[in-house]
This record gives sequence, structure tokens and C-alpha cells, in this order.
Amino acid sequence: MSEDKELLKDGKRIDGRAKDELRDMEAEAGILKRADGSGYFRMGGTEVIASVFGPRELHPKHKQKPQRGIIQCRYNLAPFSVDDRKRPGPSRRGKEIGKVAEGALSSIVFLEEFPTATIDVYMEVISADAGTRCVALNAGAIALADAGIPMKGLISSCAAGKIEDTPVLDLKGEEDKDGQVDLPIAMNIETGEITLLQMDGMTDIDEMDKMLDLAIDGCEKVAEKQREALMETFGDKK
Amino acid sequence: MMEITEIEEEAALDNIKSGERIDDRDLKEFRDIEVVTGVAKKAEGSAKVVLGDTKVIVGVKFGLGEPFPDTPDEGMLMVNAELGPMASPDFESGPPGKDATELARVIDRGLRECEAIPLEELCIEEGEKVWKVMVDIHVLDHDGNLMDASALGAIKALKEAEMPGYEDGEVLRDEGEDFEVLKTPIACTIGKVDDKYIVDPGLVEEEVVDGMVTVTWTEEELCSLQKRGNGGFQKEELLEIFELAKEKSSELRKFI
Repeated sequence: MSEDKELLKDGKRIDGRAKDELRDMEAEAGILKRADGSGYFRMGGTEVIASVFGPRELHPKHKQKPQRGIIQCRYNLAPFSVDDRKRPGPSRRGKEIGKVAEGALSSIVFLEEFPTATIDVYMEVISADAGTRCVALNAGAIALADAGIPMKGLISSCAAGKIEDTPVLDLKGEEDKDGQVDLPIAMNIETGEITLLQMDGMTDIDEMDKMLDLAIDGCEKVAEKQREALMETFGDKK
Repeated sequence: MMEITEIEEEAALDNIKSGERIDDRDLKEFRDIEVVTGVAKKAEGSAKVVLGDTKVIVGVKFGLGEPFPDTPDEGMLMVNAELGPMASPDFESGPPGKDATELARVIDRGLRECEAIPLEELCIEEGEKVWKVMVDIHVLDHDGNLMDASALGAIKALKEAEMPGYEDGEVLRDEGEDFEVLKTPIACTIGKVDDKYIVDPGLVEEEVVDGMVTVTWTEEELCSLQKRGNGGFQKEELLEIFELAKEKSSELRKFI
């Protein structure tokens, strides 16, 4: 890990942000025609388009749950989303993110209303500048709402981290690469429940406390943006 | 097929809610643990972990390879997990699915983030040739909590490993010296049902908990976290879980 690069200068970060500041965001609902629901979310240089299909019959049949439906997520980096072209096809990283995304989204959907069915969420990263799983979930949650899936709340996601021994919100590429800790979370703003939590790096409980506070505040701001986008699409209709 | 029945799930859930477990353990008690080393003769290091009825073998092999372009002077650590069809009626043959991939990657991060393996010492010729340390997790019997069992097996097998010699592009497997491991990351998975926490969730318990967090501690530092399952946690609950995992991981550390 290189330590020569200065990531914090006079309390400001390489892109001029304060420690507790998110990158600028953009959100949109209903951007694709064929999908049952779709969403777009951008945070700084990270952009994701998500689509939702379902509820629909789950195949193969032996995976069906008699009592409830399931959510299946696919997370994919487009080959042109990163500096060196990524070879198309599933990666180990993508598989894992798909799994934790399922864990993040499942608790907000009334899955008991859809026995034996699946709701498929496809998240395509168009450009990647760190925080792709968070932005993917933000787009995915908009797409679920756009598809009219009954939900208990909205999932909003962002990451906190540590650079130069300082907790900060929403790492961008260079900060993620040379930083010490990456802590992506997702939460249901209505209940305060954290439904995605991953962390790598060296830390302790006090620092986790601080970073979680930062990330929770960040998720609340993300939620505002998601709601705006949904209001824009659905606000006028009754 | 030995599928988990609804009755079993209900029993597991009711037990936890009343402060008990279906296998008569305390909420914060591990199943019986046994760790044996040297179980695979051809591996440079190996360990078998028996956690209740869960059985996992981990083997470590060394090989030579070209370094990654962004780390030309570092060796490579690779962790792979196989959930083969022998271990559960739910597992199928074929390339690793989401569960196996998550298992391998969480254990990989536990080892990597605390720099347990001194990768810069595994460089033979910068940009050309480095050692590859390959950790393979084979699950023999899946009765829950593969994560903790596999992580324990991985660090044990690495600590037991003998590093082969090297001469003129050849690996000399007859010559060995103790392989240096700097830290001892231990994964400890905590499950939650309402306001109750359980340690070492069994197969049925994994299905019924609100959610789980796999917490990896070195001797002093928290080095990896992974929330698993569908539910969610309040922040205060998470902080309690990190503390509990730290305390309980010291029990697993005794087996290293």
C-alpha cells in the first residue's frame, strides 16, 4: 500500500470534500421500457443502472420456497466501467456482491406475498469509481419501488472508511485504493436496520462506532435523493 | 433428501427465543471442537476442523507464479472453497456458486487485511517470479457455520505449513522450513433472534436467525466484517456483536 499520496489536506479531501460529505448524487426512476421496474443512481464518478423483473416463477423449481418468494441479485461490472477493460462474465467478486445484495434487499420486501416466486434485480455498473455495491443497491431499491413491489421501506446505501487514520464518508477511487478501511453499509431508513455490512481493514470498536455514525447519516441523505427521484416519476399520479 | 422441515425450524426458533438451543447448548456456547493437523500428506500444510458435526479439511500448497502487475514484488495468496456434493444434499457439482465464493472471500479478507502472510517476503524475482500460497477449503459435512470452521482450519493449516525450497526455477518439496505467519485472524459468527445472540449457529439455526455477522479479530484488531442472511441490525446491536465476537474468538484461538 503506498503512503506517499496525501489524501487529506487541511481537513479537505482530494476532491475538496469535507470528511462527512457525500459526492454529488443523481437519481432517476423508470428509465427502461421492458423491465418491470428500473432505476439509475450516480454518486460522483460511480454510475449504476438497475432493472427488476418479477415477481415471476422461479426456475429451477427445486429452489422455490413454498412459504415465500426470494430475491435474486446479479451485480455486474460493464467491461468499460474500469480503467483496464474487465473481461465479461461472472467474477468471484461479483458473485459475492450479488449474494450480499440479496441479503440487503430481502428484508424490506413483503416476500411472504409471493410464495414460490422470484424477484430478480439486475445491477449493471456503467462506470466505477469506488462504492459500486452501494450505488448498485441505491439504483436497485429505486427499481424495486418503480416495479411496484410492496416494500416496508427503502434501502439506502453508502460507505464510510478510514484514510490517514481519520474516519471519512463515501470514499472515491483513490481514497479506496490507498485508504485503511472500507465500510459499506445499507440500511432501511424507516427502521434504522442495517441490512448490509462489510468491512475490510484494521480497526477497533470505537472507530467502528464513529464510522457507522458517518455512514448512517450518509444513508439518510441518499434516501432523500431516492425519494426525490420516485416522487418525480410517481408524484403527480394518484 | 434430508431437507430441513418446518417443525425443525420452529423448534430451533422457539428454543432460542426462550434462551435455549435445540442441541442443549447455551446461547453463547460453541459445539465441541477438534482440530487435527497433517491430514493431507501431499499438502505443505493441512488441518481438519470438526465443529459439532461440521467437518472441513483445509490444505495449503505452494507454487510459483508471475506476480500481479500492481504488486510486482509481492507473493500471492489465493483462497478457494469447494462445497462439493458429498457435504450436503443441497450442494451440486460445478463451479463455485455464491455461497462458496462468499465463504472463500471472507476468509481471504480475514487473512489479507491483517497481513497475516508477509507477501513481500514471498518475492523471488521482482515482476517475474513469486510464491503463490494456495489455501483450499474442502467441506466434507455441512452442519452449519462453515465460516468459523473453515477460517480456523485455514489459519491452522498455514501455521503448520512447511515452505518448500527453491532453486533454479524449481520447487524443492523435499526441503522445507517453517512458514512464517504474523497474525492469527479468527472468524466468529454471531446470529441474532430478537434480542438474543447465539454463537456458532448450527445448520437449522442459520435458516431461522434474523441475520448473522461474521466478525474476524486478530489478537487486538477487528480486521473483517460480513453481515450474512436477510435480516438487519441496529447499530448498537452491531457494537455488542463485535464485542461478543472478540470475547468468543479467544476460545477458538486456543486451538491454534
